Amino acid sequence: MSLTASPAAALFTPLPQAITEGVAHIQRASNWQEKYRQIMLLGKQLPEFPAHLQQDAAQVKGCESNAWLYHQAQDNQHYFIASSDARIVKGLIAIILSETQGKSRVEISQYDLNKHFQQLGLSGQLSPSRTNGITALANAILAFSQQGS
Amino acid sequence: MTNTPNTQPSKALNQPFDHRAIREQFPLLSQAHQPSICYLDTAATSQKPHSVIEAMNHYYQQGNANVHRGAYQLSAQATRDYEAVRDKVQQFIHANNRQQIIFTHGTTSAINMVAHGLTEQLNCNDIILIDGAAHHANIVPWQALAKRTGAKVMPIKLTSNGLIDQSDYDAKLAMQPKVVALAHVTNALGTVNPVQQMVSKAKAKGAITLVDGAQAIAHIAVNVAQIDCDFYAFSGHKMYGPTGVGVLYGKLAALEQLTPMLTGGEMIKTVSFQHTTYGELPNRLEAGTPPIAEVIGLGAAIDFIRSQDSEHIKHHEQQLVCYLQQQLSLLSNIELYGVELTDINSTAMPNNSRHNIGAVAFNIKGEHHQDVGILLDQQGIAVRCGHHCAMPLMTHLGLKGCCRASVGMYSNHDDIDRFITALKEVINILV
Repeated sequence: MSLTASPAAALFTPLPQAITEGVAHIQRASNWQEKYRQIMLLGKQLPEFPAHLQQDAAQVKGCESNAWLYHQAQDNQHYFIASSDARIVKGLIAIILSETQGKSRVEISQYDLNKHFQQLGLSGQLSPSRTNGITALANAILAFSQQGS
Repeated sequence: MTNTPNTQPSKALNQPFDHRAIREQFPLLSQAHQPSICYLDTAATSQKPHSVIEAMNHYYQQGNANVHRGAYQLSAQATRDYEAVRDKVQQFIHANNRQQIIFTHGTTSAINMVAHGLTEQLNCNDIILIDGAAHHANIVPWQALAKRTGAKVMPIKLTSNGLIDQSDYDAKLAMQPKVVALAHVTNALGTVNPVQQMVSKAKAKGAITLVDGAQAIAHIAVNVAQIDCDFYAFSGHKMYGPTGVGVLYGKLAALEQLTPMLTGGEMIKTVSFQHTTYGELPNRLEAGTPPIAEVIGLGAAIDFIRSQDSEHIKHHEQQLVCYLQQQLSLLSNIELYGVELTDINSTAMPNNSRHNIGAVAFNIKGEHHQDVGILLDQQGIAVRCGHHCAMPLMTHLGLKGCCRASVGMYSNHDDIDRFITALKEVINILV
């Protein structure tokens, strides 16, 4: 992907603790409504995504909604900033980043998206096999982390 | 709109109408099917009745042979069955001649067949006028034709609620377009174009006219002789028939002038390595082994539609669309598209041709259609959420996409109530 504007380095930060903790709450949701509320809350807790970064060049293809992804490597740690204009997808992005943000190339290559989502009890529309774009996002994260290696 | 000659006369509308019996003929919607699905995506594809599934099964189990070639009985019977469907289609859409019915793989392939077939008739001075609310299948083939010939594609402007701006249409007709391509009913909004009137104006300017009938064919009686268009295209799978089959109707002279898009078997008269002559219509435009089982399934779908009381069905579907619009408009966070508000608020049954047919498009204000679609699916509701293969229309309406609920003859008030209850839950979660 060639980008016309790069995000400031300061935007690439570890995820807020609320997200890593919040992901665990998904499993404990008492009903499907709670589960989705929790997913959307995770999306809200993602670090701010400035509007000027909503660029076509950063779009992850294969999503019904718009989703944007930027990457920066710091030593062998990979950081991402990402967002979507759909709230559920944004929450699913937060779930993926909870396991990949700040991780090494090897750790990211070992990330098992399907297993992670299964563990969280995310099936149906939320499973990576559906056309929600989650597989495309996870692949883009993996591809970024493999660059130059 | 007229009834087909062979249908039984309509019973008075106040006679009891056994809707449950119709629904029970669709295995996927019958009470036996669990979990029960709330299917409001008929505009994408309709469900199929037993009779269609059985007709195709029967062909494969008892009658499978290729058509138009075998000297043996089985092939002769398959040919008779296949050709009998051509007659059924002819009667169903009121074409004058059975040779005017070309079997295709669907609406998209029918429109491509025309756009490809016209290549030699267009040049760089020509204009192709297209419906601004068209499905991509009625846009992209024309763009490809324009690219091949240097002709120019011009979209007809739309009004703010997505209807064709008739004054812009008149203005563009004055430029004497070579081709005019319209939707009969738009797929994204379910709006209806006054095609008969529009075709008549286009013909007065000498244009070749094509009408995309994919969203009309299951819902209204189509009379191609009355519309008087050069070409009319539709799909089997949106009219209770199988996927993989569609129809291109054309006036004989118009069909004769099309360069075949596909060449090969079935469509030839003589072949030598020096020269090939093409066969007669309709074979000339049906190269290769056709989708025989699907055509037979389409015939069963036509029989099925014609066995119903068409006035009752039309009335039933209009009532449902009206009820759907009314129920949606009662929710405060809903935006409806392509709808005349006067129609919604009127208590009388809508009879004017402007009324939406089959489908209602909407969004929850400020919410992404994908979120809405996911949360509806979670509750067993099947609706389409996206750009509906009509990106230029979405752009015109200032939308990334929208949700569309659409009905068929098997839909009922319970479907709508279930959908509205689920949508309220979605609003509860999102807003």
